Amino acid sequence: MQSQLPFSPDQASNFAPHVDDLMLFITLICLFFAVAVTIAIIIFFFKYHRKSPDEVGVPIHGDSRLEAAWMIVPLILAMGMFGWGAVVYVDYRHAPADTLDVYVIGKQWMWKAQQPNGIKEINELHVPAGRDVRLILASEDVIHDFFVPAFRVKMDVVPGHYNTMWFRPTKPGRYHFFCSQYCGTNHALMGGWVTVMEPADYAAWLSGSSGAEANPVVAGEKLFAEKACVTCHVSNGTGRAPSLNGVYGANVLLADGSIVVADEAYIRESILQPNAKIVAHYQPLMPTFQGQLTEEQILALTAYIKSLQSQPVPATGAGIAPTTEKR
Amino acid sequence: MSTTPPLPGHQMPHEDYLNATYGIRSWLLTTDHKRIALLYLGSVTVFFFIGGLLATMIRIHLLTPTGYLVTPETYNKLFTMHGVAMIFFFLIPSIPAVLGNFLIPLMIGAKDLAFPKINLLSWYIYLVGGSFVLYSFATGGLDTGWTFYTPLSSIYSNSAVTPAVIGIFINGFSSILTGLNFIVTIHTMRAPGMTWFRLPLFVWAHYATSLVMILGTPVIAITLLLAGLERMFHLGFFNPALGGDPILFQHLFWFYSHPAVYIMILPAMGVISEIIPTFARKPIFGYSFIAGSSIAIAVIGFLVWAHHMFVTGESVYAALTFSFLSYLVAIPSAVKVFNWTSTLYKGSISWDTPMIYAFGFIGLFLIGGLTGLFLACLGLDIHIHDTYFVVAHFHYIMVGGAVMGYVGGLHFWWPKITGRLYPEALARIAAVTLFVGFNLTFFPQFILGYLGMPRRYHTYPPEFQVLNVLSTAGASILALGYLLPMLYLTWSMRYGKVAGQNPWPATGLEWKTDSPPPTENFDVTPEVTWEPYDFQNRPDLGLTAGAPSLAPAHGDD
Amino acid sequence: MHRTGELYGHFETLEQQKETATLGMWVFLVTEVLFFGGLFMTYTINRHAFSTAFGVGSNTLDLTLGGGNTVVLILSSLTMAMAVWSAQVGKVGWFGIFGKVRWVSIFLIATLVLGTVFLGVKVVEYKQKFDHHLVPGRGFDIRYRSEHPTASDNPKEIAAEKEELEKAFAKDPDINAHAQLYFSLYFGMTGLHALHMIVGAGLLLWLIKGSFAGRFTPQYNTPVEVVGLYWHFVDIVWIYLFPLLYLIDRHQ
Repeated sequence: MQSQLPFSPDQASNFAPHVDDLMLFITLICLFFAVAVTIAIIIFFFKYHRKSPDEVGVPIHGDSRLEAAWMIVPLILAMGMFGWGAVVYVDYRHAPADTLDVYVIGKQWMWKAQQPNGIKEINELHVPAGRDVRLILASEDVIHDFFVPAFRVKMDVVPGHYNTMWFRPTKPGRYHFFCSQYCGTNHALMGGWVTVMEPADYAAWLSGSSGAEANPVVAGEKLFAEKACVTCHVSNGTGRAPSLNGVYGANVLLADGSIVVADEAYIRESILQPNAKIVAHYQPLMPTFQGQLTEEQILALTAYIKSLQSQPVPATGAGIAPTTEKR
Repeated sequence: MSTTPPLPGHQMPHEDYLNATYGIRSWLLTTDHKRIALLYLGSVTVFFFIGGLLATMIRIHLLTPTGYLVTPETYNKLFTMHGVAMIFFFLIPSIPAVLGNFLIPLMIGAKDLAFPKINLLSWYIYLVGGSFVLYSFATGGLDTGWTFYTPLSSIYSNSAVTPAVIGIFINGFSSILTGLNFIVTIHTMRAPGMTWFRLPLFVWAHYATSLVMILGTPVIAITLLLAGLERMFHLGFFNPALGGDPILFQHLFWFYSHPAVYIMILPAMGVISEIIPTFARKPIFGYSFIAGSSIAIAVIGFLVWAHHMFVTGESVYAALTFSFLSYLVAIPSAVKVFNWTSTLYKGSISWDTPMIYAFGFIGLFLIGGLTGLFLACLGLDIHIHDTYFVVAHFHYIMVGGAVMGYVGGLHFWWPKITGRLYPEALARIAAVTLFVGFNLTFFPQFILGYLGMPRRYHTYPPEFQVLNVLSTAGASILALGYLLPMLYLTWSMRYGKVAGQNPWPATGLEWKTDSPPPTENFDVTPEVTWEPYDFQNRPDLGLTAGAPSLAPAHGDD
Repeated sequence: MHRTGELYGHFETLEQQKETATLGMWVFLVTEVLFFGGLFMTYTINRHAFSTAFGVGSNTLDLTLGGGNTVVLILSSLTMAMAVWSAQVGKVGWFGIFGKVRWVSIFLIATLVLGTVFLGVKVVEYKQKFDHHLVPGRGFDIRYRSEHPTASDNPKEIAAEKEELEKAFAKDPDINAHAQLYFSLYFGMTGLHALHMIVGAGLLLWLIKGSFAGRFTPQYNTPVEVVGLYWHFVDIVWIYLFPLLYLIDRHQ
């Protein structure tokens, strides 16, 4: 671990050193220009102070080489800032494979988090150090924003969309998280603590507070039956709707010939607006569940569908695009 | 220890625009651009007071981590109303509608703006819009943030959103008509000899500003109208529950509201471009580059709006594009700063009050502009977006930049507007107080932001307290810096020393008529035969003795 | 500002005054383009998102009335252009009992009449929508007409509409809300356009008064020209509105 910048929060994630380096880089460049201009002004201010009331300055109208220089040099430096910033950002926007997925729901004015095994937390979030963690963010009402200064990451939580963010905690400890998109009266109270634990402690913590009851997969399976999804989405592929076995993360062939990846956003859309993307060879029969499921229930269903990833895929009637039909 | 040339015993002109006619009707029905400018001066000052009072309460409230003064709900209303009053009703009209209105016809040698009645109409529209907003403030306030993000503003907020939105919608037409008037005036009303490249840079800056006003304002008008209709009639343009997209609102909003920042800063840059050559007594360095950079800022400024949305989940490609374009718009701003600095080289620099404001402007705008580079940086923005870093950054631009320019400009042209000089020593003290107070108030907020304090928080973790107290302490000095000029400027209207036509002296056309000018501006239509900011070939300015390398090619008058 | 004849005091010459007025109108029209542009943008995005509902909405509009109105408006642009031309050349004609009349007055009146016809037809269309419960708000019901046909309705048409709605509902169960968006935009856009027409009609009345007073001569006809620009712009907006609202996705 490198030494920290002054005036910066703890460095507790993989992004923190990168963001701090970027900060240092830009600060130094800006400081150079600010100091150079300020010194020039101060020198001119005293050196060319008017000596007599009717004195006139030397008529200099400009110099196009100088103009070119102070357009090109800052442009090059600016492109450096842009490029470096872009590298960090692109990394942040692309989560690595095999992340620990935690669902986070924002509502006026609290945060609910749900661990993969179903443990629910309110205004608290426990994560293991050294593991890539991905947060899947949903909002029940207005736009919120999940912000952990010690991790140097934030992401808006937008109603009607899923946003995701990822980080790898590096240092065990307790760190503030905040809502940083203004969301109404108690916006400032909508925060809490992220606890980063050693992996072993995290495992113990998970098993210590048994969450089988609230396991989202179990809850999702129950919903899947209650909402009669199971009557059409028959797992062996003989139903009126495609089997969902193995569909998560796979390519799905649509009626219009295009192929989409079945990620969280696709599953969510398919539940809420079933006719937006119709799987090839199937009829648009499914009713919409818009307004009939809470965000938590949608997450539970999604978790259940994700758990089917390892189930055997039937030869016919699967939602997955056969490899031969790819593109 | 004034460095201006000693003034011979000037007399006030016996008839000018102020005393040509009398009575309240002669003001409320005037079509004289100079009187309309003064009407605006009065009304924007009212909004500045309202906004300033709200800011004071915000700063007092934040003295303690748990909040010192008001409930969370009230606090949210304070910062929202502060933003709405300051941005829509003070900053956007301040320089264009007051100084621009007064000066553009004078600077180009015209008798008035192209459409004097429409000019008066703009002011009345501003008043009507302002009344709606004040009505909203008085009946329950407004707690959506000045950005009116949906669905908070369209569904969830319980405050008086509808009248505020209507007020801002109406006020938009005031901006549009002012911009239209300026553009047409600059095109068709120039005096003989006033070519495009002899225009004062103040006029160029206003031309660029007007472009933004006419192209951007209609979009926000229609956007806010849609949000208002959505709220009133439960429509679903931006409501995810009805299939709408809240992010669409942000796109439409920032398409105007980012260029709106340039409506505030470009005219201030125009003011500084006038002050610096005048008090350095030499032509401005790189005239065409400063003029061109104004236009470049206005044009590129329309293509950067989504840099307010890097963490909304917008596509990575969009983010890359908008970050890149945001860095491009930094270049013309840098060009201006370098040119101003170079203008000082081998000048004859006086330390008069407007010049102190100009130095203050460069210093604060430098910090404000450079911190924009931090926010445009994608990787860094993930951390500092929506924190106090942003608050500090835009206050450096809008207050450090735009307001310093406005107050500096008021001092520079005060002798022209009123015919009298203000007390110089007091004015210099005020300028320095403003500069110091401003930095004490807002510099700590950069650090607060990097430490992770989100904006719009009525309560905060205790570790942020020291910096907040510092900021509040600075704000009290800042407040003093604003009150002083109000007092002595008002005093000087009656008791100030008579200024004469051209007290500094400056080269612009506005200084070749009486102070205050007559209603028709010039007794005879002037003819321009000199280049801008030329002190060498202007014997009429009375500056010949100390001039190095005097070679008057063609004197006139 | 005092004025000498038609020349206002702050201008030097009539040419300068004319150039200023014309440029002012052009700049104003640019802001108008952006004003409507925000609406067109919202329309496009929503049309893309809810194509079924917007298609159903389009189908409820009366093509004969809309198409007829388009013709009326194009004709009015023609008469407006003729008015400007006759003002510029100062053409005078002999009109029986009325005696000598300036052609500019005749063409201005024709334009006003056509504009009024357009607005009248718009009123008829709005009333239809009102009767069919297609005005956004609490009472909005996209199915109302097919479920409450009146005696004058063609039963075949009603049956076809019913079938189409059923299909649409299967595709988009929230169609009532989404069709409401279509009608909000329909009323918003055509309403704003109609408002511009009403302003235009007011301006025409003012011009007609001036033309009878003999104000417009080959030397001075700026008001006719500037109002002409405005009138053509309002027409052009309709030329975009008509296909967007009436024609896209229209299936017979």
